[in-house]
Amino acid sequence: MPDISVRNFAGAIHSPNPFWLASAPPTNCGEQIMRAFDAGWGGAVWKTIGEPVTNVSSRYSATDWNGQRIMGFNNIELISDRSVDTNLSEMAEVKKRYPRHAVIASLMVESKRETWHEIVARAEDAGADGLELNFGCPHGMSERGMGSAVGQVPEYTEMITAWVKEKARTPVLVKLTPNISDIRSVARAAKRGGADGLSAINTINSITGIDLDTFVPRPNVDGKSSHGGYCGPAVRPIALNMVQQIMSDPGSNLPLSGIGGIGSWRDAAEFFLLGCGTVQVCTAVMHYGYRIVEDMAEGLENWMRSKGFNTIEDFRGLSLPRVTEWKHLNLNYKIVAHINEQKCIGCDLCHIACWDGAHQCIHLDRVSGPVNGPVEVHTIPAVREAESRASIAVTPVTRKERAAERGPYPTPLERIPRVDETECVGCNLCSLVCPVDQCITMVRVDTGLAPETWDERSRGAACAAEPKP
Amino acid sequence: MNTPTLPEDPQLRDRFNELKPPLAAQAAVIESDRCLNCFDAPCTAACPTHIDVPGFIKRIASGNLRGSALRILDANILGSSCARVCPVNVLCEGACVMHRHNRQPIQIGLLQRHAMDAFYASGETLSTAAVAQRPVRVACIGGGPASLACAAELLRKGAAATIIERRALPGGLNTYGVAEYKLRASDSLREVEMIRRMGVSFRFGVSVDSAAALGALETEFDYIFLGVGLGAMQRLGIPGEDMEGVMNALELISSYKTGRIRELHGTVVVVGAGNTAIDAANAACRLGADTVYLLYRRGESDIPAFEFEYEHAKHEGVQFLWRRQPLSVRSDAHGRLLLDTVQMRLVNNSLLPIPDSQYTIECDLLVPAIGQSPLAQLIQELRGVEVHEGRIVAELATGRTGNARYYAAGDCVNGGREVVDAVAGGRRAALAILKAAEAAHA
Repeated sequence: MPDISVRNFAGAIHSPNPFWLASAPPTNCGEQIMRAFDAGWGGAVWKTIGEPVTNVSSRYSATDWNGQRIMGFNNIELISDRSVDTNLSEMAEVKKRYPRHAVIASLMVESKRETWHEIVARAEDAGADGLELNFGCPHGMSERGMGSAVGQVPEYTEMITAWVKEKARTPVLVKLTPNISDIRSVARAAKRGGADGLSAINTINSITGIDLDTFVPRPNVDGKSSHGGYCGPAVRPIALNMVQQIMSDPGSNLPLSGIGGIGSWRDAAEFFLLGCGTVQVCTAVMHYGYRIVEDMAEGLENWMRSKGFNTIEDFRGLSLPRVTEWKHLNLNYKIVAHINEQKCIGCDLCHIACWDGAHQCIHLDRVSGPVNGPVEVHTIPAVREAESRASIAVTPVTRKERAAERGPYPTPLERIPRVDETECVGCNLCSLVCPVDQCITMVRVDTGLAPETWDERSRGAACAAEPKP
Repeated sequence: MNTPTLPEDPQLRDRFNELKPPLAAQAAVIESDRCLNCFDAPCTAACPTHIDVPGFIKRIASGNLRGSALRILDANILGSSCARVCPVNVLCEGACVMHRHNRQPIQIGLLQRHAMDAFYASGETLSTAAVAQRPVRVACIGGGPASLACAAELLRKGAAATIIERRALPGGLNTYGVAEYKLRASDSLREVEMIRRMGVSFRFGVSVDSAAALGALETEFDYIFLGVGLGAMQRLGIPGEDMEGVMNALELISSYKTGRIRELHGTVVVVGAGNTAIDAANAACRLGADTVYLLYRRGESDIPAFEFEYEHAKHEGVQFLWRRQPLSVRSDAHGRLLLDTVQMRLVNNSLLPIPDSQYTIECDLLVPAIGQSPLAQLIQELRGVEVHEGRIVAELATGRTGNARYYAAGDCVNGGREVVDAVAGGRRAALAILKAAEAAHA
């Protein structure tokens, strides 16, 4: 069985698996964290400790999509509302009972050197395996000069990281805010300040929605709302991009704990493939509870086994070389859509998507005879719909009328679309809208041309333009 | 004047509790979200009225219930009753691409009902075009679905329509002939009342049964639409069928729906195996009959009823007697009916009685349900309107008959299909009448 334990993350943090709970409500207190460890979590970043706050009610809101709850999640909760003493004494208890698990103290205090020194010492005395500096909280705390107010200014990030490093004996992770135009500027500052690792991303500034009866955005706090921090499945692509940016930048890259919309082993594997050493989860646990970690661990192990990976290090960062700038992509690579007639169910979503949203090359002309060429030579979708509305349909009442005619395919031929490969640009749209797995596949077409990137082509042009000696 | 109504009958409600209860609001949204929103959707094409099914379903998903209902009513003014009575398995839901995807089709009928119920709960009436200064005046004979659809469409386009109904209540078979567990008479009347509020005029208890009556209509109206349905049910043609205790299926159904029959006892025999026979047999079960037999002269694989109707009847407790032909009806000393029958068999494609297989069934009620014969009487009065095999001959696309002032649709033309077919035909006729009127004025 593959070994998914984590050794020496950011220098000295160990955990039985790479799945940590992010600093958030699921890690509010020792009792919760111990239950989480019992459920199978490898580590926990304690809900940010600092001068206790007063929270508001309500605190959360979500974006639902197409019947699915919590595509995105938003909160306006602040850091821990419990005293530093309470949090740290519970932390000591947790470490005593769960010495093999990673307990990371997330910290946020006012921007004074002595204050940081003091909290660092106290957290480490309580037994923290590492520290995470919360420079990312985008709401409330930032108004008081903390959280993302620090994380958005590279100089502050570097300065406070350096203060913490003066005192810390355990690894120091800096948690980055995505609410900045280039996350690398702060990642580099943290690295310059001496950070041992990074956590990314924190939540994204958001307003999730507005109540159309009261006109108050959500979450509603006595008739008003405030922007919150967005997380959950919706932010994963944004997080992945930022993780890639950090890990591909020599000035930024440090051991990275990936955060952002992770809810399954598949999500986690993607973060590892882009170079993360651990991952942190919050929203999925807030939605379904600690139990989701079971499948995350099992699924990752089974996937690793099928790929022949023994440890996470075996595949960590494998996808990084596969991300490049657009100008280095092969312009002579061509694919076209292929529709599997046996699998097609005849919804014709690819047809309308191609016509209205792409390049007008998927047609319903299998019965009338294929016609290749530009838009002008085809029947437009509106005409086709009007024709079918004008047709006369009757209820099949007799047995003979009800006996369905069976053609060569499960779907009537007139409803199976056809791809005009002479016009198809290989954009993928049809395969993305098709509800049937593996019905529309993108098939490579040999252009007979050698690979050539835009970079090469434009440099070639530049060379040609140079006067010959 | 409001549309006449029927008194509430809790016992009827109780006995004929709905076959398909409505969807809860959230269930409707979840189901709506399942819809793939097909392009040129097969469900829409399969619907005789071509309701924009994905269009109304996605409006439910977005919470635009009013828009959803209006979308339905645009195509089908009887969207509420069709949602309840349509054989969706062979229409929209039968065409759903989900059969080839994740097997369960979208529950289009229930979703349509959800949108329509919300519309009726709102009490809203459809807006109509202002009636023109000199409107096209149309008389719609018969108050069933075809006429209602024709009249409503005429009103929506600025014409004037009057429905002439021989019975006390409007709605035709929707009110009198559909099993109560599918469509309550009160829901049918609610739908008619909405059409009345749109501006359609009604005359109840008026039979058009003479040349004079017809002449008067011709004087008063520009066009006459025939939505007269089918006439009396065909007779069994056996001795004793006029005896007390013999009542045809439609009569049984209309009687219990209007409260004239509230309970049955003993043994009921239904003759025939069409959808109406099944409705009657199920009704007999629910009305308290101890044993209900359905007698059919052919075999199980030949029954004309829809598959789901047959399955339903088995669940209701109807017992089927295959290949059995009624010979005569007698009554015994205690007033019970004695139905003499004979077993049939198929020989070279023709049904022949098996010798010495006579068998007498004792019963309390005999219900012939072997198809309806057209109301030929009235038709004969109509000049230039061709009648073929008991059906009015009219163009499918326009409802136009051989006489340019007469249009027809519904059961009297198609020989008895579904409500949705009648609505589609009525609407097509209305549009054709308007087109003809415009051409005549020009």
